[in-house]
Amino acid sequence: MKNNWPLWEVFIRSRQGLNHKHVGSLHAADADMAIENARDVYTRRSEGVSIWVVPSEQITASNPDQKDELFDPAEDKVYRHPTFYDLPDGITHM
Amino acid sequence: MDIKSLQDRFQEKVDAEIKIEPRDWMPDDYRKTLIRQISQHAHSEIVGMLPEGNWITRAPSLRRKLGLLAKVQDEAGHGLYLYSACETLGVERDDLFQQLNSGKAKYSSIFNYPTVTWADIGTVGWLVDGAAIMNQVPLCRCSYGPYARAMVRVCKEESFHQRQGFEILLTLSKGTEDQKAMLQDAVNRWWWPALMMFGPNDADSPHTARSMNWKIKRFTNDELRQKFVDVCVAQAEILNVTLPDPDLKFNEETGHYDFGAIDWDEFWAVVKGNGPCNKQRLVARNKAHDEGAWVREAAIAFAEKKKQREMAVAS
Repeated sequence: MKNNWPLWEVFIRSRQGLNHKHVGSLHAADADMAIENARDVYTRRSEGVSIWVVPSEQITASNPDQKDELFDPAEDKVYRHPTFYDLPDGITHM
Repeated sequence: MDIKSLQDRFQEKVDAEIKIEPRDWMPDDYRKTLIRQISQHAHSEIVGMLPEGNWITRAPSLRRKLGLLAKVQDEAGHGLYLYSACETLGVERDDLFQQLNSGKAKYSSIFNYPTVTWADIGTVGWLVDGAAIMNQVPLCRCSYGPYARAMVRVCKEESFHQRQGFEILLTLSKGTEDQKAMLQDAVNRWWWPALMMFGPNDADSPHTARSMNWKIKRFTNDELRQKFVDVCVAQAEILNVTLPDPDLKFNEETGHYDFGAIDWDEFWAVVKGNGPCNKQRLVARNKAHDEGAWVREAAIAFAEKKKQREMAVAS
């Protein structure tokens, strides 16, 4: 019988001060079990201090085909970077 | 965009070492090859627990038992990383289990050999995990992102496996005459099957060129096998064991060790299901799966009940 537990995406904070980072996925019947399984699957060697689990079907991802329209506009905006601006030699603390 | 341009763009990315991610366009055969390879790899980790689990209750000391338990637990973890990577290609976990349990899917043939003595556990760690590491390290640079990332995790953990195996053998090598004989016997039985783990010779491996072009594979079977033989010779000396190959000798010209011909008839017999333990492994897998069915169903029922209760409280 087909009885797939739902799929969960797992995010781990490796230590205080860092972002949670996606590490993979796993199957679990509910959120509590997903956390317990994530502990056993993804943190057997102290890889984490905090776990997030999110039902995979709840994630909305951008479409790779729309990569250009989403991200190209940022590419010609060099004036958003500090090196775009000319400063005289010798200026410090800037 | 027509298929030819999509294919060209895909190959340009691969050539430029840009990783392919799950939602990117990829050729059907690339997807199929990866699903087959990653699922076989996952199955191998899962079946690989069986020959070693066989010795957990009989490990000769607490130190050995802890190491072996942790190793077998890692194999389960590796199987799960890999199934998870495989599912990003659009297959379902249940279907993968079904393929394994029905005998339709292949797994590494090495796990169809029995672990008859404690020295086998050490030898599996040294030679089988050693060969696996040789295969797996280049997979960390595989063109498919989720597989490459899973392999980084696996490789980090795998080195402990090999070292715990080598330590077992090193202890035996300093033991009684019986222990030394047990060590030599295990090496005699595992050496050739370990060399077979790299797969058929390049001339008989029709998909190698395509997989290398797609950067799924980085080295050919024979290249990896040669590297493995080269590193094992010195390690065998430390253990004071003879590798069971009268043709094994250093070749000054090539800078590598020459070795004897592999018995490919044995290899194909085991692949086709006629190894010493093929049937036993499948029976054990199916038993574990079937006997766990009520747990999977109960967990779903419990989750459902909890959800209903929470909804009742909320309304």
